[in-house]
Amino acid sequence: MRDEIILKAEKILLQRGGVTVLDIPELAVRRGGILALIGPNGAGKSTLLLMLAGLLHPQRGRIYFQQNPVESRADFHTLRRQVSVVFQEPLLLNSAVFENVALGLKFRGLSRDAVKERVRQALDYFGIRHLEQRSAGTLSGGEAKRVSLARAFAILPKVILLDEAFNALDPPSREGIIQDLQKTLEETKTTAVLALHDREETLRLAQEVCVLHDGKILQAGPTAEIFHHPASEFVAQFVGTETILPGVIQHCVNGNVTVVVNGRRIEAVGEGGIGQKVYCCLRPENVTISRSETAKTSARNSFEARVVDVIRQGYVNKLVLDCGFPLVAYITLSSCEDLDIAPNAVVLASFKATAVHLLRRLD
Amino acid sequence: MRGKGEDENKDYPRPFPLPSRVGKCLRCFVELIFQGIAKAFELIVHFNPEVMGITWLSLKVSGIATFISLLIGISLGVAIALNNFYGKKIVISLINTGMGLPPVVVGLFVTIFIWRSGPFGSLGILYTPTAMIIAQAIIATPIVMGISLAAIQNLHPNLRLQILSLGASRLQMVLVLIKEAKLPLLAAVMAGFGGVISEVGASIMVGGNIKGYSRVLTTATVMETSKGNFDIAIALGIILLMLAFVINFLLTQIQQRQRLR
Repeated sequence: MRDEIILKAEKILLQRGGVTVLDIPELAVRRGGILALIGPNGAGKSTLLLMLAGLLHPQRGRIYFQQNPVESRADFHTLRRQVSVVFQEPLLLNSAVFENVALGLKFRGLSRDAVKERVRQALDYFGIRHLEQRSAGTLSGGEAKRVSLARAFAILPKVILLDEAFNALDPPSREGIIQDLQKTLEETKTTAVLALHDREETLRLAQEVCVLHDGKILQAGPTAEIFHHPASEFVAQFVGTETILPGVIQHCVNGNVTVVVNGRRIEAVGEGGIGQKVYCCLRPENVTISRSETAKTSARNSFEARVVDVIRQGYVNKLVLDCGFPLVAYITLSSCEDLDIAPNAVVLASFKATAVHLLRRLD
Repeated sequence: MRGKGEDENKDYPRPFPLPSRVGKCLRCFVELIFQGIAKAFELIVHFNPEVMGITWLSLKVSGIATFISLLIGISLGVAIALNNFYGKKIVISLINTGMGLPPVVVGLFVTIFIWRSGPFGSLGILYTPTAMIIAQAIIATPIVMGISLAAIQNLHPNLRLQILSLGASRLQMVLVLIKEAKLPLLAAVMAGFGGVISEVGASIMVGGNIKGYSRVLTTATVMETSKGNFDIAIALGIILLMLAFVINFLLTQIQQRQRLR
């Protein structure tokens, strides 16, 4: 049951004015799974979501819902009744919160009592029962978002599609909404497809990731795999592997690879022929900063680095380092203080060979 | 000069000195207005049957014409707003032009069509209230259509997708959109009704201003003015204004109540 495909797009092609907007050979959504579509703006995430929701018809290709092809007008209507979309904007009607959440239920002709019960339940999922009688026009951005989520969950959809659902929210309400959404998805066992462009949200919410660019799937797979083994430079950059260094394999013994980058030698784990051109990808949280070389560590790579810049990013500082090649590291604010790190300070940057992810490059 | 003026004005208090000729004109003017108001009051209070008949016909003709224009204007306006087709921009430009359709031109064409030898001459509706309803509906429809179209286009483009994604049928979606655009749609009703109740050119051309049959407030005002019966003309004008005010007041009440919710 776990691996049953609930929604599938096959050989989808959509062109607008001669430009290919979407070209998807296959995309499958597992029942109960949470799939994130990630990619830059204009990658086709929203368009793909609309297509999965049955709101946009592909020029070529087909959508399958629970193994049945969606073809006729009636099929599309059935699909629309089984899935619900939450758009980037809350898109609430100019009436009370209750009316808004009840909208989908009223379309289904449910009895008054059943509507009331389901609305209350949906409001409870997102902790907004107290807003029931409020006019939608008077809600804050976060409250409106909660109402639109409750509205989508009220119809008990088989699949919920969220388009950039957490944009334009201040960090505290975004955090609260993500938590409530996670809880609701777990409780209702609803399958979800999320269009996202934030790597942290992706890491937190998604079980599977599909990276889109220019309407094409660059890579799809379990979240960890995408983040740790990006298939291309683009994916690596997008999922936030900030350090991507071009180098050449100089040495390779027993899966222990030495790569020369700008004359410096970086040790990594992997396979590759000598002379193979590669990218060394390194996530900023895997870099350790110290002041002097005292203790012996298991980190195979240690470089003397000059601090170029210290950029505050929420609760961490992002250090831009120069160790003969550019390197980015995250350290906590307190470490930054303890080590007295400021621009132009000279520090030691180390990282384990296993933290280096090698990507073959063609050029 | 001054003495003469004072002589003439001895029955009237003069708040400030004015050259006599101006004073005289002003007095005539004020008198005329007051006579008109008094006449209007008299006609209304005494339920003058002729005036009541004219008022009722005005309401009936313009009301039915507005109703027809709402049916056609809102449905077509919404349909145009929601569908994409080749030449949509031209169609919208034509509708917007139609919002300023000169009533006399409409009157002319309706007359030609229902003229005895015209294509619809056999219906024999020239110089009847029916002809007036047709002409007024033609005037009001583009107004209602243009405002409805703009009202629906003004809604967020994703709103209809959102409504559809909640499981609405196409009809349910359209109804929700219309409900959502209630405010500007009520403005469309007001503009349409206001346009036709105050319109005279087409009504006089196709209705003929026949006493007790196709005479409405505007055509009667034109006639009384041309006869020099300013008092009656003013009375009719005031009734027309009051009518327009009452209707718009009621519609505004509905509109603003919805807004406050």
